[in-house]
Parts: sequence; C-alpha cells; structure tokens
Amino acid sequence: MGPLIPNGVIGGGWDFVIAILLGVAFGFILEASGFSSSRNLAGVFYGYNFVVLRVFFTALIVAMVGLLYFDYVGWLNLSQIFILPTFLTPMIVGGIIMGVGFVIGGFCPGTSFTGIAIGKLDALFFTIGLYLGIFGFSLAYPLFENFFTSGDLGNVTLMEITGIPAPYFAVAFTVVALAAFWGTMFIEKRVRKNMKQYKF
Amino acid sequence: MISDKTNIEKPKYINPYLGGVLLGLLILATIYITGRGLGASGAIKSAVVTTSNTVAPKATEANHYMGQFLSDDHSPMYTWLVFESLGVLIGGLLSGIIFGRVKKWRTDHGPRITIKKRLILAVIGGALFGLGSQFGRGCTSGAALSGTATFALGGVIVMFAIFGTGYAVAYFFRKFWI
Repeated sequence: MGPLIPNGVIGGGWDFVIAILLGVAFGFILEASGFSSSRNLAGVFYGYNFVVLRVFFTALIVAMVGLLYFDYVGWLNLSQIFILPTFLTPMIVGGIIMGVGFVIGGFCPGTSFTGIAIGKLDALFFTIGLYLGIFGFSLAYPLFENFFTSGDLGNVTLMEITGIPAPYFAVAFTVVALAAFWGTMFIEKRVRKNMKQYKF
Repeated sequence: MISDKTNIEKPKYINPYLGGVLLGLLILATIYITGRGLGASGAIKSAVVTTSNTVAPKATEANHYMGQFLSDDHSPMYTWLVFESLGVLIGGLLSGIIFGRVKKWRTDHGPRITIKKRLILAVIGGALFGLGSQFGRGCTSGAALSGTATFALGGVIVMFAIFGTGYAVAYFFRKFWI
C-alpha cells in the first residue's frame, strides 16, 4: 500500500499541500522542543543542554522501529522508499565541514528556519550564510566535480553493506540511545551546577 | 542587551522525549505518504538556483551543478522541499505564538561574545554548513536523521561525521558559547 503518493493512492496534485502540512508539523515540533535557540543547540557540544541528543535519538528510534513494523504488517514496502545514496569520502568531508559549521554557527538548516520564525537574528544570519555557502559551492563546482562524485556506492543500506538484518541495527541504536540518555543526564546536571548562569 | 537576561526558571519547551517521539512519528508519516524523509538544505539550494537563474540564466544553465536543477516547465522554487520549508516557518511561528516566544529581532549568544561577533559567526557557520550539506547530500534533517532512519549507510556516515566533528572541535570554539 504505502508509500501513498508514489503508489498513486494519493494523487500527485496533493503533493505540495501535503508538503506544507508536514513542514508545519516539523517546524512546530522543532520549535516546541527548543531548537529555535542556538544556545540550546550548542549545549549538546558543551554538556549544558542535551536536548538535541534526546530529541534526535528518540526520533531516530521511533522512526526506525516504526518503519520495520510498517514493513512487517505490510503497510509499507521498504524497497520502494528513497534510500540516500552513499558517496563515501565526499560525505565524510561534508559531515566534517557541517560539524564545524554547527559549532561555529549554532544552528543547522531546519532549526535556523524555526529561529527566524520567532525572531532570532542569529538564525537569519545563519540562513544567509547557508545561501552564501551553497552559492559558493555551485560557483566553485568545476574545481571539485570529480571529488564530489567519487566513492559512489549507490543507494546502499546498512543491511546490504554488512549482511546484518535491520532489526539488529534498530536494537543497537536503541541500546546506545538509552545509554546516552542515562549518561548525559548526569553530565548535564554537573555542568549546569558549575555554570554561573545558564541563558536560554 | 536584552538577551543577556538570565533565565533561571525553565522555559516552556515540551519534554524532549515527547518531542522526539512526535518527530519520529512525523518522519514515519512522511515516509509512508511520500516515500522519502524530511529535509531543509534543499530549499536553500532551490533559492540559490532560482536567483542565479534570474540574474544570469545562461551562466546558470552552463554551471554543471546548478544546471541539473533547472527545468523548462517550472521554476526551481516549485519543489517539494521549498513547500515543506515554508511549512517549517509557519509551524515554528505557530509554536512560538502558542508558547509566547515570538518577539522582535533579538540574538542569542554566549556570555563572552558580543551580538556583532555572534552574527558574524552565524554567517560563517551557515556558509560552512551550506557548503558541507552539498558534499553530504543533505543536512542534519535530510541526510543524518531521515537517512539514518531509513538505514541508509550515507545517513549514518553523515550523522557520525557531523556530531563526531562537533565534539572534536567544540573545545576550540568554547569562548563562543560558554
């Protein structure tokens, strides 16, 4: 049955209406969780606020387990969903650049949109930076076109590359996440106690 | 500096685990309906291609990267991610209104830096994030979260690279935040 739009259960004309509605829910959850503040987001790297880790890992586990369940009961054909292609070295390099950008900028693209929505000037400047970065990339693209397309492994999943069934990965992520939830609780308490002031 | 006001009592954010469950269910619903996850950086890319195409259409078409996102039938803004991101702005505003966080322009920054420095750093960080998101085939939402949720190897790589690097370099940028 699912995915609904690719299988024609919902007509293509509804595409953009659904896009806006799903976006509204996305923005609402991000803002309500505190992701509209760069201080909250940066806290994950300094131990005074692990809200990013909590929301991110919980969402990951729910989505992973949910997908497996949907596949198991036959609501969703997992072979029909989009799998992000893997370009090994460009993705590692991209992730490293994004990691530095995250710590310096205090936002990521989606969270900066919610920051703009409630009037955070630093979120607006971050988004201007995003624009400049992508524009710069486009202009300089001929310089690293070969690198950009290197290490192409195709639309490969963890299961295909390791031969281990998906439920094992879901369990492993869950165990790691629960351990992280537990451990970071103590780190957060300790760091906050030692901070003179904690500003949101 | 309004933003220097210390906020000891807890702000009105929802429980992060509740937020996580809701976000997970939303990703699940998005994949169930559309066959793919949520994203954000793609919308900015559309904006870049659109302005470039308006100012210099020939050069944009000749550009090997931007050229592939042009189409004869519609504007590059007419894409799923642009509409989704429009929704993100509306949803963020809705939440801000409900929880009383919508105010005129203000800036969050660490106690040791000025607003001006924070804004410059926001542009630099954003530019790096924008650049990296192209190499990573997506950002925290599209590649790291949605990618990993669908068990894509690339998603896991991007997730570990972003957060691993964040922790590795955080020490050097501590004066910006604590």
